[in-house]
Amino acid sequence: MHRDFDSLNKRKDLERENRPFGGKRGTNVTTAEGRAPGGAGGRRDPPKKGGYFYRLGLNIKKYTLVYLLMLVIVAYYVLFHYVPLLGNIIAFKDFKPALGIADSEWVRLQNFRDFFKSPFAWRVIRNTLKISGLQMLIGFPAPIILALMFNEVRGKYFKKITQTISYLPHFISLVVVCGILIDFTSSDGVITKLLTLFGVDSQNLLTNPKYYVWIFVLSGVWQNIGWGSIIYIATLSGVDQALYEAASIDGAGRLQKIIHVSLPALTPMIAIQLIMRVGNLMSLGAEKTILLYGPSVYETADTISSYVYRMGLQQRNYSFAAAVGMFNSVINFLLVVFANWFSRKCVEESLW
Amino acid sequence: MVRSNRKNPNRIRRSKEDIVVDTFCVVFITLLSLCCLYPMLHVLFASISDPVKVLFHSGPMLWPEGFSLAGYKATLARRDIWLGYANTIFYVTVGTGLNMVMTVIGAYALSRRDFMLKRALSLFIVFSMYFTASIIPNYLLMKGLHLLNTRWVLILPGAIGTHNLLVMRTALSRVPRELEEAAILDGASDMQILFHILIPLTKATMAVILLFYAVGHWNAWFNAMAFLPLAKDLYPLQLVLRQIVITNSQDQSTGDVADFLGESVKYAAIIVSTLPILCIYPFLQKYFVKGVMLGSVKG
Repeated sequence: MHRDFDSLNKRKDLERENRPFGGKRGTNVTTAEGRAPGGAGGRRDPPKKGGYFYRLGLNIKKYTLVYLLMLVIVAYYVLFHYVPLLGNIIAFKDFKPALGIADSEWVRLQNFRDFFKSPFAWRVIRNTLKISGLQMLIGFPAPIILALMFNEVRGKYFKKITQTISYLPHFISLVVVCGILIDFTSSDGVITKLLTLFGVDSQNLLTNPKYYVWIFVLSGVWQNIGWGSIIYIATLSGVDQALYEAASIDGAGRLQKIIHVSLPALTPMIAIQLIMRVGNLMSLGAEKTILLYGPSVYETADTISSYVYRMGLQQRNYSFAAAVGMFNSVINFLLVVFANWFSRKCVEESLW
Repeated sequence: MVRSNRKNPNRIRRSKEDIVVDTFCVVFITLLSLCCLYPMLHVLFASISDPVKVLFHSGPMLWPEGFSLAGYKATLARRDIWLGYANTIFYVTVGTGLNMVMTVIGAYALSRRDFMLKRALSLFIVFSMYFTASIIPNYLLMKGLHLLNTRWVLILPGAIGTHNLLVMRTALSRVPRELEEAAILDGASDMQILFHILIPLTKATMAVILLFYAVGHWNAWFNAMAFLPLAKDLYPLQLVLRQIVITNSQDQSTGDVADFLGESVKYAAIIVSTLPILCIYPFLQKYFVKGVMLGSVKG
């Protein structure tokens, strides 16, 4: 208590000191300050008098701590997010580690030209779009269907246990998932043996370009179907039960209730999620590809990000890889901006 | 049916459609759960089976074949597994600690109502989430900062997860301002408000974020592979596991004497490295689920 009084007194002193800055509206400023030294309350806006920088100066004085803390955060973002963006400049240079970034020779768009002229450009763009597209086509509706099913199941414990199990694969590390996949799809693995029942030759499935894409996509669906359904299950649990009762009275069967009550309740959420997925269409990470692929399936497996990794960090072709990576980030950014614009227009929701 | 009607006389008799829908859902969900559970069970059974039988086994394994802990013995005798474990524990504790400090600092600043640069800084941060640099400039930056092949390269660059930061900001800005005003009247300083009011009131959100960070660190391997090319002793567990489980099975040319244990070691290593997640998962599952809902709330 003693200390509390102390700091209260100190605060009063501060108020007195600050008063001159408030100008003619001094009383107002004092109340605002008295209320909000921590940036907490302050129903009244800071005084609108004076120029922007004058007000900024007052604001900094008032929230010195907040500005200091923010400085740390800004420093982090500048160093680890914005400096690498600037580092993309090597895409326009012929970067030689011995010379450093500044002294390396400018080559303008040569690296981009090299990439688009190479046969690999079409291959990696096609594969990225194909894998991402399939992932969206199968992986997007799957959690919705699962959520609708969970919504129909009544047994409380059955539901709880199966839900918990269905989220589990999401938490198993990618290395383990891919390790198990490689084991299961080897020539005497579980999946291969099951497929031989349907007339597929016993072989290492992952080295066959035909199967690689499906293994990649379906394992992704397997890993995320349960986790992805959470958001839809939560939305469904908020649906007014009276709607279902009304539908029953009108003579709707179970399937009709699913189609005419449950599904419309999910529509806004589906729209938002779909738009976000479109925004991520070209941003397929390299991790899983690197774990699963091998030279024999590059033709269908190699994606933009894995190509960037191989070219840059394995073959030390920094400038070229940076150019390809930059091309990909620009596309990703444009897609997100477009998706967000679309979302704002059509479902009145936006990411920022 | 009759019995259930007697128990609950208000219940409407199920139509044929009801029975079909119910059965279909239950069967589908049961099959899916089996699909989600089976791979781990297979690995578990294989890891405690007789190594020779595992070597010649093909197809599904529904029960351990024979019993032997040789795979575990060989796994736990490996130095790299222990080193990987120690490194991962370091990355998880120190990394998550730094994550939490930075996230709370950033979220605190961004949630202050009268902070003038709030909007500009939010934009600055969100932009970095959608316009990202590829791995090449990142690699060169780490090289320039002399972070390559040090532990810090796995901790500092990921000190803030922007998504978690935004979730935390939303949570903090939802604390009723009356509480803060009351605290100020009682003479609390900014730091006291943060530690005695804001943090205790957003404990649930913080727990969720902490879990996501920790699991992220536990499962991470890609940055270690890219940024620790010469420091095998600093490898996290997942990267060691990758060498045992994936790299080895891609080139099966080593003709070691102890090679018949290879398969068993693979399975045992998976179990050893996933056990912590499997043990805590059932208890913490509900927090993760809460986390998904937090993330979907726009700040």
